[in-house]
Amino acid sequence: MSQSALARADNALTRSTADAVARRSYGKLVAFLAGRTRDVAAAEDALSEAFAAALADWPVKGCPANPEGWLLTVARRKIIDLARHQRSGEAVSAELELLTEGLSAAADEASPAIPDHRLALMFVCAHPAVEVGIRAPLMLQTVLGLEANAIASAFLTSPAAMAKRLVRAKDKIRQAGIPFSVPEYSEIAGRLDAVLDAIYAAFAEGWSDAAGTDAARRELTEEALFLARLATELLPQAPETLGLLSLMLHAEARRRARRSSDGEYVPLAEQDPGLWDWPLIAEAEALLKRAGALRTIGRYQLEAALQSAHVHRRHSGRENWPSVALLYDALWELTGSPVVAINRAVAIAELRGAAAGLAALPDATDDERLAEYQPYWAARADLLARTGAHAEAQRAYEMAIGLERDPAVRRFLQRRQAAPKIE
Amino acid sequence: MQYLLMLYVQEKGWSKLTPAEQQQGVAAYMAYSEALSKAGALRGSNRLQSTSAATTVRLTDGKPQVLDGPYVESKEQLGGYFLIDVPDLDAAISWASRCPAATHGVVEVRPVWVNPA
Repeated sequence: MSQSALARADNALTRSTADAVARRSYGKLVAFLAGRTRDVAAAEDALSEAFAAALADWPVKGCPANPEGWLLTVARRKIIDLARHQRSGEAVSAELELLTEGLSAAADEASPAIPDHRLALMFVCAHPAVEVGIRAPLMLQTVLGLEANAIASAFLTSPAAMAKRLVRAKDKIRQAGIPFSVPEYSEIAGRLDAVLDAIYAAFAEGWSDAAGTDAARRELTEEALFLARLATELLPQAPETLGLLSLMLHAEARRRARRSSDGEYVPLAEQDPGLWDWPLIAEAEALLKRAGALRTIGRYQLEAALQSAHVHRRHSGRENWPSVALLYDALWELTGSPVVAINRAVAIAELRGAAAGLAALPDATDDERLAEYQPYWAARADLLARTGAHAEAQRAYEMAIGLERDPAVRRFLQRRQAAPKIE
Repeated sequence: MQYLLMLYVQEKGWSKLTPAEQQQGVAAYMAYSEALSKAGALRGSNRLQSTSAATTVRLTDGKPQVLDGPYVESKEQLGGYFLIDVPDLDAAISWASRCPAATHGVVEVRPVWVNPA
């Protein structure tokens, strides 16, 4: 092998080591560095400089035995330099002492264990004082190291706007003094919901690209799954954490079946269970069982149980609408969400007929959020058509088609709209 | 960290209370203030007179313009404050939620500016 080929291979190895460390350690390092200063942006800046230094240094000197410790040492030095630069006098020496204490022990190359404060970082990102809409992007950036550009494209916003909102959120964390800690046991339930909601929001954003054509969005579901897995590792006794991962795995397992070979939308009722990822379903079922054993019900467990019921119905061919309707009743009680109300109405229609379903469907004139929600109009159109109210059904289909942004789903709705009237 | 808890309440509500209710209200604020002080968190506190006593001043072209009334007309008015010293925002939020004003008004939590030495 020539010298340059050797160097290239080395470079590739270094890069892949750096990438692997980045993936595994990024959030851990940010959480640890920011934990003391509450300055997420400074921790991220220092860390990105440390990664740049690694890419320059490792190919020459070889990968260090403890890459995490190496990165932490360099990043710590950068943070201290920055603090020296910005401040002077006694205030800074007290702060530096705080910063170095603990940091040096953790960066010791002989002791590879950097304490894992990622859970605290997740609670910071989903703190009630942080704007709801930025929590998921913030978590993706600080825990996983995703670039603002990638996050922006996944959330359908401009990179500049996303970057600005992320900076604002980090400023808020630092200025308002949001603590880097896991809430007390008595408070954890309420605060955990926000963490799980943010993870689920990231997943849902990625999920909406059903065709899987947009790499940034498809990867977002993987990143969200990584966060959910991390949360279950860090909080193995929290039933809702297990429920959320179960729900996400159930959805993920059916990804391939959502589109036909020619790219057309396939509704759940018409999917080929042979295309489902059964090992993933088995994992989802095991998680749900584990959650159930902890005996505290919650939104995500109920949603996962519904996914499980749908899978069983399609797999066994046995109708289970009574239990599905019961689960939706419970979910409706718990959340009062109009989205749940729509699905509940559809289940009621299966159980007691389209007219009963239609009666249970919420009214868009009472809730303006529904007026622009495609699944509401699609459900309404379908139920109306089944009761024979064809003219009204046509109008509801028009609304649904006009509100849908995915062309495959639009074509599906158009086929439904044009379907012959069987009465 | 120091936080200013700003109490926004409907000041007209006070005069509508019966003397017994007013007494109860004052007692609640005194107990709250006492609890803060016992916890070693209280740095200062005052109740303000109503916005009808407020005057607004600004310099326009070097000349002070003095206007009668508060800066912002709003449904709730700034009626007082507590300056507290606690470890972090969660502690500040927890104290804000115990403040009687959180029940009949709104408490805004603002970290105090710290000069970078």
